[in-house]
Amino acid sequence: MTKKQTIKLLRMKTLEEKTVSAKYAINRSVVSFWVFNLFALGFLFFWIWLYKQPQDNAAPAPLRTVLKTNEKIFTSLFGNNRLAKTFPLKDAVVKVRVNGDAGMGDNFDATKWKLQVARSAGDTFYVTMDEIKALPKTDIIFDFKCIEGWSQVTHWAGVKFSDFVKKYHLEQESQLKYVGLNTPDKKYYVGIDTKSILHPQTLLCYEMNGAPLPMNQGYPLRLVIPVKYGVKHIKRIGTIFFSDTQPPDYWYEQGYDYYGGL
Amino acid sequence: MRQKKIIKKHPLAIRWFHWINFPVLGVMIWSGMLIYWANDVYRLGWGDTTVLKFFPDSFNKALNIPFRLAEGMSLHFVFMWLFAINGVIYFSYLLFSKEYKLIFPNKKSLKQAWLVVLHDLHIKKGLPPQKKYNAAQRIAYTGVIFMGLGSLLTGLAIFKPVQFNWLCAVLGGYEWARAEHFILTVLFTLFFLVHIIQVALAGWNNFAAMVRGFEIKNVVPSQEKEMAAPVDDEKANHQIITNENA
Repeated sequence: MTKKQTIKLLRMKTLEEKTVSAKYAINRSVVSFWVFNLFALGFLFFWIWLYKQPQDNAAPAPLRTVLKTNEKIFTSLFGNNRLAKTFPLKDAVVKVRVNGDAGMGDNFDATKWKLQVARSAGDTFYVTMDEIKALPKTDIIFDFKCIEGWSQVTHWAGVKFSDFVKKYHLEQESQLKYVGLNTPDKKYYVGIDTKSILHPQTLLCYEMNGAPLPMNQGYPLRLVIPVKYGVKHIKRIGTIFFSDTQPPDYWYEQGYDYYGGL
Repeated sequence: MRQKKIIKKHPLAIRWFHWINFPVLGVMIWSGMLIYWANDVYRLGWGDTTVLKFFPDSFNKALNIPFRLAEGMSLHFVFMWLFAINGVIYFSYLLFSKEYKLIFPNKKSLKQAWLVVLHDLHIKKGLPPQKKYNAAQRIAYTGVIFMGLGSLLTGLAIFKPVQFNWLCAVLGGYEWARAEHFILTVLFTLFFLVHIIQVALAGWNNFAAMVRGFEIKNVVPSQEKEMAAPVDDEKANHQIITNENA
């Protein structure tokens, strides 16, 4: 329909009518329904095809490809200066939800705990809790968001990861794309893009609600990273390392998005 | 030669947008349910009384929904692009083709929509004159476009609540945005139910128009004569489409 015809049609109160041969009307209908059925069939085959694709970390490979593209789009779109909303102290809940105990085995000796930092393979050093606590302390009260869909305003305190990097001269290592963190028993592990871990609200956290972390919240030291879902807030950090390739990630291996950024 | 009258109804572009949206929205709702299951907190009720839980365990089990959060998320964050792109192109098309004039409500729509409702409930006979859509359809179809926009915005707010913290705040915070996203999905489902009932009632010719673009009418001899005569605007103005469209 040309523009002129459209305008004419709109001026009229009725839709455009045409008298045609019955054969023409039928032919047009047949072609249209063929295209329609092929489209429906095409979608059905696409769906079956999608679920038959090889899995990439427990997700069909084509979906994984798009998720990785999403990550690229979002990381290039977003700077590192957008802050998660913070709340007044009175909004912080007293009963903090405990979700997940992977890597939190019983045979953990807190008295022997030291944070292991690997500058590179074979070049590691240890930091004690006292040394971490000697660094500037930062409090944050924010809406913690679980990948399951719930959220809770909670109060945490610790040292900014970026302050930790400065203190231990890890600027060189922080040029690499990822930071990997493991529990002491290596049963829970996350990988985080360096940009997010250097975000000003990311903490190596040792306090919750003004008291040392409870055991089930990752005593003595956990990650608090408000720009990510809870799955990335690893409890009871044993080792930190730097890498240009994606470190293994517990939930990524079970089909979740690696990025997990909010 | 036998003659037929065809009444052009839906442009090709609109038919494509419509039928692309159908499976895409279907996947969005399905994957949304897989995601929602992981924190299924919504219900209809007050205090300790629950009239309807979203969703009953038997419902979840019957549809094999439990423990598929990761799958739901990956589907949701892939098909969201198709839903958004199709929606944006559709809306731009409405604007640029001036087709929106046939869909958006006008000054008379609210009053006329009431007459349509009375008619559909068999309380009153006859419909006000209309073009492609009656007043109730104009309101419903324009409403559903804005519901789509609402789903995109509330979805964006819960997908990236830090990056779009302003949007999250406008929507009443993270938890509210999630609830709004859910309510919109319920409304989409209700719209869909009413829509297919209306399409079924309106009959084959109306449904077929969303596939082939036009409705077909038999040409009766007297009409043929009328068609041959030049149609002046005044006459056309009084012509009424009497078939009910869905």
